[in-house]
Amino acid sequence: MEAKLTAQLRSGYHCNSNTPSDDYLIPLRLTWTAAPLEVAGVVYPKPEMEKYSFSDKPLSVYTGDFDILTKFKVPASAPVGPAVISAKLRYQACTDRMCLPPKTVDVTVPVEIVK
Amino acid sequence: MTKLIFRSAAVFLALGGIVFTGCSRVSSPRTTVKADKDRHQAPDFALKDVDGKTVKLSDLRGDVVLLNFWATWCSPCQIEIPWFVDFQQQYKDRKFAVVGVSLDDDGWTSVKPYLEKRKINYRVVVGTEETSQLYGGIDALPTTFLIDRSGRIAQVHTGLVSKSEYQDEIVKLLDSKDAGSAPEPVTSSRLVSAGSPALLFAR
Repeated sequence: MEAKLTAQLRSGYHCNSNTPSDDYLIPLRLTWTAAPLEVAGVVYPKPEMEKYSFSDKPLSVYTGDFDILTKFKVPASAPVGPAVISAKLRYQACTDRMCLPPKTVDVTVPVEIVK
Repeated sequence: MTKLIFRSAAVFLALGGIVFTGCSRVSSPRTTVKADKDRHQAPDFALKDVDGKTVKLSDLRGDVVLLNFWATWCSPCQIEIPWFVDFQQQYKDRKFAVVGVSLDDDGWTSVKPYLEKRKINYRVVVGTEETSQLYGGIDALPTTFLIDRSGRIAQVHTGLVSKSEYQDEIVKLLDSKDAGSAPEPVTSSRLVSAGSPALLFAR
C-alpha cells in the first residue's frame, strides 16, 4: 500500500533534493509517524542537476511539481478502525539569488484499517 | 487479513516562498545609498562571537558597517563571503567593519566548523529570532545592511548582488563627510518591513 504526496514549488524556486550535492545543504526529508502502520520505504523522485549562478557545480534539486511515494505495511497487530498517520516534510528553497529558511510542513493522512 | 484504506490517497502540498509578492525586493542595478533624510537608525544588538566576546553594534559607531545576515546552508551567501573578506582587508584602516550574523538554527554547531574551514577575517556572531525581528524579520538570505558612521541604515540588499555594487556603496559611505554623529533620540528601535527593504522605518 502506498501514499503519494505531491509537492508543488512556486515558479522560480528550487529546493535541495533528498541527496544534495554538498554536506552543508539541507536535504528534503519526509519523516513519518505512521503507527499503527509501518513505513516500508520512502521513494523520492529523481532529482534534476541544475547549475545556478551562485554555484560552481550543478546542484541536485527539485523544481515544479514532484511526487514522493511512501510504501506502508499493515502489521497483523494493527487495530481495525480509523487512524491518522502523520508526517513532516522538511525542505529548504532558493531562487537563483536568495534562499528562504528551512521549513517543515505537517502532513496528516486519515486511514482506515479494515479486516 | 487487514487492509488499509487511505481516506485520501494523495496529499497535495504547495511549497516554496510566498514572501515575494507585489513589489520585487530585488535591488535595481547600480543603486546608490539612501539620502540622509531617508536613513534610519540601525537597531542595536549585542551578540557573542566565536570566542565568546560580545559584539555590540553601537560600539561600532563611527565606522561604516556592512552587516550581513547569512547561514551556512545558503549557497548565494557563500559567493559573497569572500568579497566581504576582501573589503574587510582593503578598508580596515578607514574605519570600516564587516559583521556577519548567522541565522543557522543550530548556531555554533554549524558555524564554528564553517569559520575554521574558511579564513574569515571579520567578526561573526550567531543571531536569534529576536535579532531577525529587530531588522524587520529577515525573510531571505543573504540580507545585507550598509550602515553609515552615524549608525544609520544607508542601504539594504536582499539576495545576491555584485561585488562592484557593494564596493561602490562602501566607498560612497567611507568618503562621506559624515564623521559619525550622536544617535537619534529614540528609546528603542525596531525596523518594520512592509515587504520591501526600501520601506524600512523605525518606530
